[in-house]
Amino acid sequence: MGLDIRLPIGAFFALIGLVLTGYGLLGNKAIYQQSLGVNVNLGWGIVLLIFGLIMVVAGRRTAK
Amino acid sequence: MTLAPIDWLIMLLYFAFVLGIGFALNRYVKTSSDFFLAGRSLPAWICGLAFISANLGAQEVIGMAASGAKYGIATSHFYWIGAIPAMVFVGLFMMPFYYGSRARSVPEYLRLRFDEKTRGFNAISFAVMTVFSSGISMYAMAKLIQVMHMFDGMLAKFGLPISWSFHVSIFASAVIVLLYILLGGLTSAIYNEVLQFFLIVAGFFPLVMLGLKNVGGWSGLKQQLPSAFTHSWQGLSNAHTNPLGVEAFGLVMGLGFVLSFGYWCTDFLVVQRAMAADSMLAARRTPLIAALPKMVFPVLVILPGLIAIALPTPTIEPNGGASTIHMAGPGKGLIPAKVDESGALKLDADGKPVLDYDLAIPNMLLHYFPTGILGLGLTALLASFMSGMAGNVTAFNTVWTYDIYQSYIRKDASDAHYLWMGRMATVFGILISIAAAYAATRFNNIMDFLQLVFAFVNAPLFATFLLGMFWKRTSGHGAFFGLLSGTTAAALHHGLTMPAGAVPGIKGGWIANLHTYPSEMAQNFWTAIWAWSACFVITILISLATKPRKEEELKGLVYSLTERPSEGHLPFYKRPLALGLLVLALAVALNLIFW
Repeated sequence: MGLDIRLPIGAFFALIGLVLTGYGLLGNKAIYQQSLGVNVNLGWGIVLLIFGLIMVVAGRRTAK
Repeated sequence: MTLAPIDWLIMLLYFAFVLGIGFALNRYVKTSSDFFLAGRSLPAWICGLAFISANLGAQEVIGMAASGAKYGIATSHFYWIGAIPAMVFVGLFMMPFYYGSRARSVPEYLRLRFDEKTRGFNAISFAVMTVFSSGISMYAMAKLIQVMHMFDGMLAKFGLPISWSFHVSIFASAVIVLLYILLGGLTSAIYNEVLQFFLIVAGFFPLVMLGLKNVGGWSGLKQQLPSAFTHSWQGLSNAHTNPLGVEAFGLVMGLGFVLSFGYWCTDFLVVQRAMAADSMLAARRTPLIAALPKMVFPVLVILPGLIAIALPTPTIEPNGGASTIHMAGPGKGLIPAKVDESGALKLDADGKPVLDYDLAIPNMLLHYFPTGILGLGLTALLASFMSGMAGNVTAFNTVWTYDIYQSYIRKDASDAHYLWMGRMATVFGILISIAAAYAATRFNNIMDFLQLVFAFVNAPLFATFLLGMFWKRTSGHGAFFGLLSGTTAAALHHGLTMPAGAVPGIKGGWIANLHTYPSEMAQNFWTAIWAWSACFVITILISLATKPRKEEELKGLVYSLTERPSEGHLPFYKRPLALGLLVLALAVALNLIFW
């Protein structure tokens, strides 16, 4: 099929990762009492961002 | 619960990508084969992830966590005894016939191997079953969204009554699934299933990590739960000494052999994903690749249930975050007690409150996730519902178009006509699902009854495929009447036995009660064993008494008359046999670790 699935998946997770990371950095920190004091938005946002970028890079490599 | 703008943003991004994938794929859909079989052009890892994702619907995510909270880690038998061996078997031994025969569906394989009536029986029962399952999935999602008050804030903003939550959920999910399947066909469904797979992992993994941190890791969890909850085989020598109420033989034969092989090896919903692979080798590797993540899925779907039941019941949520669902009553851990419409507690026969285990996952999400990641978790939940629905709809439109419409209604139309018909079938399939979802709100018993009938029809299927693929003597009459007797045997067994504590009716015993099983699960497993055995014996007897088909006609359809594909030149990790053995070894190891 003409579309490499890794590109949309990578783009999606990179975007979600950015949104969560940004919110984790700038948003209200008091809400993390609920998640046992862990800033899950920041931590998990970075993980998703990296995952998304890896998928995009992998998808673009094979396309060439 | 109120969702913040960032939660909505994540949810909307997801919907945008789902539809975007549909639009991007639309220009590649030119023939009916593109639409129904993804042009048989996808690599194994994509088909493999779709293979498990299509099955990862509401029943799986909500149900497995519920079962984890209720029975403990013994629920993992559905994976390590159930799904995994069956997935290895279908990849190693059955895929050569499904893919090699060029059949476009499972019923079509039955037509090639046996005869028209066997195909017709399978095609029609399967088509009816899938649209209803999709409807039930839709109903479960809408109900859950309502209970969680997910859309209440949005409805209030637009001045709509809160009671519309149910309708909005049904129609929004129906329209999204409809659009992306219409646009990109099976490819679109599969691509979205892969996206959903990663999303479910992304949404549930942090939940499990937070939960584990809270209870003090796996060892902390072990201390807080009865030991049968953290040891999967404890007490299984006798049905009365373990939470499942099943003995090891019934479990291994009923669940591990009959039910799991029946589902993973013959259900077109999953087999269709492997048929979309780009080569025989990829098709065979599809279920094997799928088995690897499937094996560790208990961590994501069962463990949250265990954590939910082990936690202390919260009184008031910290800092007024998203509060969990009606925890005021006498629940256990994060699992609330069930209440009826009037708000009164539901009590069982012993006067104890009945727990609403289905709320394990939703309450875990609401308990641990702050704004932001909460949007991700809820989106993952919605994604799982939608992938379950889409899987059913794509299987339905293919079986309807190829096995019912092309076979019995219009034989020699152009390919473009069948492509059009497939799109129409998608629309009608979804409309019937919506009707089924609404029927479920009013007649809950009808849905239970239908699911029971489907179970009767499905239970014997694997015997037919096993004999058909591995015994060339098996005849069409044998297969057809074997299936009928298997279904009859299932109904009879159900009518003659009951689980402990039930009243005669939908739970069994509607003819007479000859035997009482310690649990409903035990009864289900034994119904399946009886159905399978009846089908197996009758198929052999009738086959011996009727004329077999000529051997030339069975090439590529039966094991002894099909050339084995050579794979000696491949590196070991690409060889299906090596992969299959690796998967089995890992499954054995998991059973031993959590013994």
